[in-house]
Amino acid sequence: MANIKSNENKTKAQSMGLHSEVLTGKTQQKFFNPDEAENFYYWGTYDVDFNKRIDLDVNDLDCKEANKKIDELMSQGYGTIVIKNPQGKHSLGVGVLNKLNLIFEGSLGYFGVGSIDGPTVRINGRVGWSCAENMMAGKVVIEKNAGSCFGAAVRGGDLICKGSVGARTGIDQKGGTIIVGGDAGAFTGFMMQRGRIIILGNVGINLGDSMYDGTIYVGGKIGSFGSDAIESPMTKSDIDWIKRKLKVAEIGENFDVSKMTKVVAGKKLWNYDALEPTEKKGAI
Amino acid sequence: MCGIAGLIHRGKSSNVGNELQAMLQALKHRGPDSTGYALYADNDGQNFIMRFKVGENVGEGSSSVNEDESVYDKRKELVDSMLKNLGAKVLKEEKLTPYSYRYEMKYDDDLMEFSKKIESIESVEILSIGKSLELIKDLGDAQAVLNRYDLGKVTGTHAIGHARMATESGVDIKSAHPFWGYPFSDVSVVHNGQLTNYWNNRRVLENKGMRFMSECDSELIAVYLAEKMRNGATLEEGMKDSLSGLDGVFTYFVATKDSLGMAKDTMAAKPLVLYESDELVAMGSEEIAIRSILPHEIDTYDPFDGEVKVWQI
Repeated sequence: MANIKSNENKTKAQSMGLHSEVLTGKTQQKFFNPDEAENFYYWGTYDVDFNKRIDLDVNDLDCKEANKKIDELMSQGYGTIVIKNPQGKHSLGVGVLNKLNLIFEGSLGYFGVGSIDGPTVRINGRVGWSCAENMMAGKVVIEKNAGSCFGAAVRGGDLICKGSVGARTGIDQKGGTIIVGGDAGAFTGFMMQRGRIIILGNVGINLGDSMYDGTIYVGGKIGSFGSDAIESPMTKSDIDWIKRKLKVAEIGENFDVSKMTKVVAGKKLWNYDALEPTEKKGAI
Repeated sequence: MCGIAGLIHRGKSSNVGNELQAMLQALKHRGPDSTGYALYADNDGQNFIMRFKVGENVGEGSSSVNEDESVYDKRKELVDSMLKNLGAKVLKEEKLTPYSYRYEMKYDDDLMEFSKKIESIESVEILSIGKSLELIKDLGDAQAVLNRYDLGKVTGTHAIGHARMATESGVDIKSAHPFWGYPFSDVSVVHNGQLTNYWNNRRVLENKGMRFMSECDSELIAVYLAEKMRNGATLEEGMKDSLSGLDGVFTYFVATKDSLGMAKDTMAAKPLVLYESDELVAMGSEEIAIRSILPHEIDTYDPFDGEVKVWQI
């Protein structure tokens, strides 16, 4: 567990009553010290072969049994797993922490493919609330619509919905990219902290409400701006980046990216720019 | 949390009792305390069906006070006597449980006065009055309630239902959904969410002569819509008005003899998944409810914030 130590060098902020902290715990060192991380064992990960493919029918399995089965198949080296008959079940495909081609032939319920770190997921149907919550890395493509809280607290990777999504898309987003081919509901980018959202269609009311940082691009109409969200001019870098991302997402081939509206946070938090300098944002 | 489900067959009737049971059973994890059905059945449409209770189910985790069943029979006799005084002609009566009855009857006068008088009898509550509406609610899951009231054979055009997790009031039938849109025949409501201006609205509506039977916040929706319609609004107008008149988070369904509607609050805080085709509209708090009757791949979507939709049969 990380220890929290006070920074002994007092700053102007501290003299104003604010304090700073640094994390120096063992876990932090393991994650951030490349030497120590070299032999770090990451529990629940497997070396898989993409050419080793298997179908898994989950019609008669509950979500726990189905996820255990996926884990078991990965441990046997299967790198392409096709899930048949998901039937809107909740929490399928969560916690996959290695590379994997995971294909769902059908629709998922709530909390599908949450907390994943690395797999490439394709869902031929629709997904319910909180799809890919806490996703850390990888790529998720949904062919149809998605429910609310799409990509809640996403930290990295590409999350793509070719249809429309519900309310609060990208709530608490901390990184990565969310791309929506259709419309999005109210409170898109609510309390967003980092990362980027691209919506090709219309968005509902209170766009970017209480956002701390990050960027939202909207192709259609905006219901209304939330507090702290403001419009910012589109730059060539924005246009080039969106075009590249849409190619990755395989949508919006003929979409006029230059006419999109760029929305950013209108407030400055005292330590946010220090934590994430502008030049780093380009690498997200 | 609570789970709600609804379906409407357009231009035909089907076994809505079994279909709604499958949908509500799939949502049992959202609400295990009680289950309610509002089935719009293939009745002949000539007579009123009145479903009422003379007491509570005191088993299955009920929060009601235990009563001797003999008081139920006395209350039933008082109801019969009151019906006679009101000029209602009972054509058929069925005792479904020790505390609940289904009467088929003829009555041509004002339903509001009728209901007030029947419900002036201690612990008697009319669950529904309608020419096609069969409103059944009791403690237990969807399968238990279906078996207890023999709903598996009910056919009809549309239905809404509710699996309740009691949060705002007790575990009892009076707080269970659906709520009848008193005093309108064939109007029922189910709700998922919490209403935060319940008491303000209740005081206003009670002053206008509307009746509340429970302290469940969801009952407000039925009474609110009924009051709007009483003053000439259409169902859809009343539902649109409710988006600003009701404060809180909600997704609700309302059904009438020939229509079914849904409304979602402006925060879109409560879930709803919809499937629409020319033959069938199905909706539920979760996709698994729809999948329970439509296992093949279909296109579904979430309605947006502040959306109101009404379908005709």
